Amino acid sequence: MLKSSLYQEEQYPSPMSQTWQEFKKSHVAFVGLCALIFFIVVILVGPFVTPYSPVEQNTDALLIPPAWAPNGGISYMLGTDALGRDVLTRVIYGSRVTFGISIFLVLMAMLVGVFIGAFAGMNRGVRSSFLNHLLDSTMAIPTLLIAIIIVAILGPGLVNSMWAITLALIPQFIHYTRDFVRAEMEKEYVIAARLDGASSMHIFIHSILPNMIEMLVVQGTLALSIAILDISALGFLSLGVQAPVAELGAMLSEGLDVAYIAPWSIAAPGAAIFLVIVSVNIVGDGLRSALRNRLRH
Amino acid sequence: MTTLLTVKNLSFARTSRDNWWQKKKVFQLGPINFDINAGETLAVIGDNGSGKTTLANLLVGVQPPTSGQILLNGQRLRQRNLKQRSLNIRMIFQHSQESLNPAVTVGTILDEPLKLNTDLDTKSRQDKIYSTLRQVGLLREHAYFYRHMLSDGQRQRVALARALILNPQIIVADEPFAALDPSVRSQMVNLFMQLQKDLGLSYVFISHNLGIVRHISDRVIVLQNGNIIESGKTDVVFNWPKSDYMKKLIASHQSFVESKLLED
Repeated sequence: MLKSSLYQEEQYPSPMSQTWQEFKKSHVAFVGLCALIFFIVVILVGPFVTPYSPVEQNTDALLIPPAWAPNGGISYMLGTDALGRDVLTRVIYGSRVTFGISIFLVLMAMLVGVFIGAFAGMNRGVRSSFLNHLLDSTMAIPTLLIAIIIVAILGPGLVNSMWAITLALIPQFIHYTRDFVRAEMEKEYVIAARLDGASSMHIFIHSILPNMIEMLVVQGTLALSIAILDISALGFLSLGVQAPVAELGAMLSEGLDVAYIAPWSIAAPGAAIFLVIVSVNIVGDGLRSALRNRLRH
Repeated sequence: MTTLLTVKNLSFARTSRDNWWQKKKVFQLGPINFDINAGETLAVIGDNGSGKTTLANLLVGVQPPTSGQILLNGQRLRQRNLKQRSLNIRMIFQHSQESLNPAVTVGTILDEPLKLNTDLDTKSRQDKIYSTLRQVGLLREHAYFYRHMLSDGQRQRVALARALILNPQIIVADEPFAALDPSVRSQMVNLFMQLQKDLGLSYVFISHNLGIVRHISDRVIVLQNGNIIESGKTDVVFNWPKSDYMKKLIASHQSFVESKLLED
């Protein structure tokens, strides 16, 4: 195999692939990305590999310990809970609900937030500053608190908690988009596009949005960890997902009753939440430092 | 020679609001009058803050003038009608670094004015981009490059290509060579003059560098504090300056050139 390339073909990385080069240099961030990809694969193929249904109760197998315990069995890898449901199956389905719905919520919040933020950034005067100051003041309140208030008004339930978390996440996207658009509007390439007769919409989509994608990815990962925490917290408080459906936070609160005799029933969903949030945060942090380092050279 | 662009009593006032009711005038440009003939280069010189860049912005329509009018081929340019303006008057910005979008390729940057202002299809737009890149001394491959891969000189060439791509009649260049080193600068000056000869372009050329101004311009206007203090043919202004300011400027320039010559 030839080690050196015969032709003097240089590589010209795009801004995106430059970020990827920087990102790969940090091993911690790379491991975090692998863990994140693992979870995404799990929520995609999970239902095809689980042997049980998440709501299937087996009265012959209540509170069976995990496979490695002396009286555990291989048929229930992570044991069963107080109703005889397989914990592994429920954790996989629970991650599906918690993690999958969080991704969906973040995408929705991003879409709405970027739209309003772009509007606020490209306008000047009263409309823009009204949006800005009103929403900035809501950013001072923790999202979980806003979500609980909204759920208190709408009533508990998965769909209501989804609405609540989406609404609570939107202000930060508006804020960052508006700041970014404001800064870019001053730059000469935007003025050049405007002189060519481009409309505001055209300028935003063709000139500013390509520059904004990286900021959105970073903010999206941060919002994702907030969304996961919020949705499982609402589940834990029984304000979100209701009883039979598997959700990591709700599983924690169900397992709490039998925590002393069956610690695995809270350890498994707890570990899943922990790992997802750690990996999301590590990836977000890695991305941010990769972007910062990329700008340095 | 036909008159291409006429500027009549153009003025611009920049105000700042110190308090809610009173507007304070901070800077007043003009009234300014001048003509540019086809294929001619008009140089604008003056101090920092004398209104050179503001004048350029008014010409290309970044800001609307407070009063006065700009006529192109005898037709008045309206502030709203950016299409008419952008097909005929193009701008090269002071910082080539910032005037190119960092997130898209050079090809996309050059494609944008064509998409917005012409009816060409994808194939002919691409041909136009390639031929314009060749025109400014770049290669076709540069269409796939991003801003950060280009040197300062190449960026300035891309900015020039972006200005040329719509076959304009006038190019307004705001200190295009300020950031370049001397050898690249002379290459660019030669490129500008070659293009002028080939395409019959007119330039409005804003610069600090008296050497370049003397070399490429046909006529000069000198701005001080927003007013024209001297204007005329380049030879006349450089050999028989009337205003004190221009006399000093030329004296210092000449002593600098002579000391350079003595050094060599």
